[in-house]
Amino acid sequence: MTAQPITTPMLSVENIGKSFRGLRAVNAVSFHVPRGDIVALIGPNGAGKTTTFNLIAGALPPNEGRILLDGGDITGLGQARICRAGIGRTFQIVKPFTGLTVEENVMVGALRHDGGQVEKARAGANEILRLLELGDKASHPAQSLTLPDRKRLEVARALATRPKLLLLDEVMAGLRPVECDRMVAILTTLNRETGLTIMLIEHVMRAVMALSDHVVVLHHGEKIAEGTPAEVTRHPKVLECYLSEEHE
Amino acid sequence: MTLSALASDRRAVLLLGLLAVLVAAPLLGSGDYVLSILITILLQAYLGMAWNIMMGFAGQFSLGHALYVGLGAYAGGALFVHFGTPPLIGAIAGMTVSAMAGAVIGALGFRFKVTGVYFALLTIAFAEFTRILFDHWGWVNASSGLFLPVSNRASSDVWLLRGSATMFYYVILGMAVLAFLFSRSLLRRRIGYYWQAIREDQDAADALGIDVFRLKMIAVIVSAAMTSLGGLFIAFYNDNLYPESIFSMHRSIELMLGTIIGGIGTLFGPILGAAVLTVLGEGLTIAGNAIGIDGIKQIAYGVCLLAILILKPGGLWPWLRHRLGLDGGGR
Amino acid sequence: MDATFFLNVTSGGLLTGLVYGLMALGLSVIFGVMRVVNFAHGDMMVVAMYAAFLLFTKLGIEPVPALPLVAGILFVLGYLLQRFLINRFLGVSEHIQFLLLLAIAIILTNVMMMVFGPDARNIQLDASFESYTIGPLVLDKVRVIAAVAAGGVALLLGAFFRYTTTGTAIRACADNPVGARVVGLDVENLYAVTFGIGTACVGAAGCLLLLLVDVQPQLSSDYTLLGFIIVILGGLGSLGGALLGGILVGLSEALSGALIEPSLKSMFSFGLLILVLLLRPQGILGKTS
Repeated sequence: MTAQPITTPMLSVENIGKSFRGLRAVNAVSFHVPRGDIVALIGPNGAGKTTTFNLIAGALPPNEGRILLDGGDITGLGQARICRAGIGRTFQIVKPFTGLTVEENVMVGALRHDGGQVEKARAGANEILRLLELGDKASHPAQSLTLPDRKRLEVARALATRPKLLLLDEVMAGLRPVECDRMVAILTTLNRETGLTIMLIEHVMRAVMALSDHVVVLHHGEKIAEGTPAEVTRHPKVLECYLSEEHE
Repeated sequence: MTLSALASDRRAVLLLGLLAVLVAAPLLGSGDYVLSILITILLQAYLGMAWNIMMGFAGQFSLGHALYVGLGAYAGGALFVHFGTPPLIGAIAGMTVSAMAGAVIGALGFRFKVTGVYFALLTIAFAEFTRILFDHWGWVNASSGLFLPVSNRASSDVWLLRGSATMFYYVILGMAVLAFLFSRSLLRRRIGYYWQAIREDQDAADALGIDVFRLKMIAVIVSAAMTSLGGLFIAFYNDNLYPESIFSMHRSIELMLGTIIGGIGTLFGPILGAAVLTVLGEGLTIAGNAIGIDGIKQIAYGVCLLAILILKPGGLWPWLRHRLGLDGGGR
Repeated sequence: MDATFFLNVTSGGLLTGLVYGLMALGLSVIFGVMRVVNFAHGDMMVVAMYAAFLLFTKLGIEPVPALPLVAGILFVLGYLLQRFLINRFLGVSEHIQFLLLLAIAIILTNVMMMVFGPDARNIQLDASFESYTIGPLVLDKVRVIAAVAAGGVALLLGAFFRYTTTGTAIRACADNPVGARVVGLDVENLYAVTFGIGTACVGAAGCLLLLLVDVQPQLSSDYTLLGFIIVILGGLGSLGGALLGGILVGLSEALSGALIEPSLKSMFSFGLLILVLLLRPQGILGKTS
């Protein structure tokens, strides 16, 4: 792939749609994630965020529309090929390789590069573990980690594949405010120092406000608003959909 | 010196010590009986290590591995009987046929998303199907069995695998050592890490860009080819082959037991498991004969398996190496 | 090959198939409710056959009257096995569960081998030599008895699950074990009862099968595999599917035995299993999950 001009968005989602046995889960959703930005995808439960996420990550193919990563068409490619194209993702319910150590978990991601040399992957993995504040737990079995640590391991492993775009699926879920802030700090540093583009689905507003440059709001499978966090939280339609969710 | 480096040194010393003992065994004047026990242990260890690659490393549950044992045995055996083909050439034929069989099973199973127990049943079905097929195939003498010209136990002809027990001993020892080194090298390279990732969580592995289908296929094919060499050894060591016994479910189970008891996915587990089971089996058979009861060995195997599953599902080796202070975080 | 021969072979296969179906019913019930794959199924069948054998040779009780007793014994066996052993393994990985049942199977087969020896045993009733003649059809009396009894047990089982409280409770557990616990159902007990029912089915089938074939310990793994072929063909978890699968396998065995060489009939069954596993793993009457 030829180098794209800096103005090309890192991710372009164009009019994607997905139906499940007659149920329209996602309908004509379009948005961009500018290079180097952090974009949050929010909305009440059942809004279609997870489905949209899975369409981008390649876990599901869309029925209509296109998805472009750094200018290249990745629509309908499977998870593995999309990862190779440059997307790293975490899972909402974390999936560590429990039979392996923390370090080995991240190495699996790192082996994607440097010709798959194990020692280079080990060194790379340890660097990333330090960034994610897991350096001292490298030789621990992944099984022994607490949930917050597992969440950071999940991020570390995805990062090891050197993605252009990092997709985070409710990475703050289940974290106490202190841990949530810690994760926010790590992600902010990553974004600032390496220019890593990040897209996250999130319910925890604290994180969304602190992290995002831009927010996209979904409701009933459609985009109802987008803008800066401040703009979006004052948007009448957004307020309405969250308020109505309380009354449902 | 770090704990793990120390442990690693200790392990290396112990392994080399063990190897030295094994190499010297026939020369130390151990009789034919002890030698035959050792050959059984090494053969079971070899087959167990081959199975371990598919199940232990890549996590794909094959219950029909006797298929590859039989294919290797018959390829080498029949070619030798009909054309005088030397075993080394017969081995290549056997490995090729087994690899192809593995590829077919893998391709069908993985493409059609047959997993877990269903996949195990698929492997059993193929093994049983082939067993009955060979039972009716004239060229290999069907159910009457294939017989190799009896080995001249006095002189040793390694090229044709005709010779004394000592010759066979060194052949299987060599095979077991190579299998161990091969397994170890696989685990240390990228493929080993990718296999284990697939074993632990196939979906997560997929999301990390790993070509899951291709790697699972490699695991089946490598395991199948390796297993077939064990079959070839059996054919030339026993001088006779029956479809009923070489392709049987009993054999598939037998070659798995050692690895399960020793520790699936570990390097030394299959070897430890093979040793424990064989020695236990022999001891019980002797005891049983003395009291006049038959079949104790099989029951004991069942009980051992049960005990391991309840008490130490990870196998004996991980527990033992921790006790001996051989871990330090390594394998 | 004339039509009469064909007709007789087919009907014979159909009748035997019903007994196979009853055996497979047990396997299906256990899987349908607990997702446990009972690899020791064939062994329990053989245990039942020996039990029926002993009841006949020592006490003179014929298999059909002995059926409730044998089924009862197997029920208790299954209940205890599940309650005290298998239950701890309900959440673990599939292959460990599989190996557990395999270990039980190995122990059972070899204990029976030790107690009864490897030779085939059979029983001879007066009825064994009689047959019913309906026009061109000549049906073995024992085959008809066995098939009718099998059908009867299957119907009883269906009624149990549909109309009794326990049966409904078990179905609840199958659908939603957590929910079942929440409403106060003793899930452990119900699982054990289910396993017991499964083994009782096998017990009944074994009893009836003794009317038709010899008993040998080595055949246990053949029966296990037969059970799996039937259940996968018909659909794991589907009671109707187990019976249907049983009939189909009974038919194919009889036909391939008559048309091709008898020893090849298993090959045909395994080929069928491979096809079903690949093309329609949920079976004929099973649902896609």
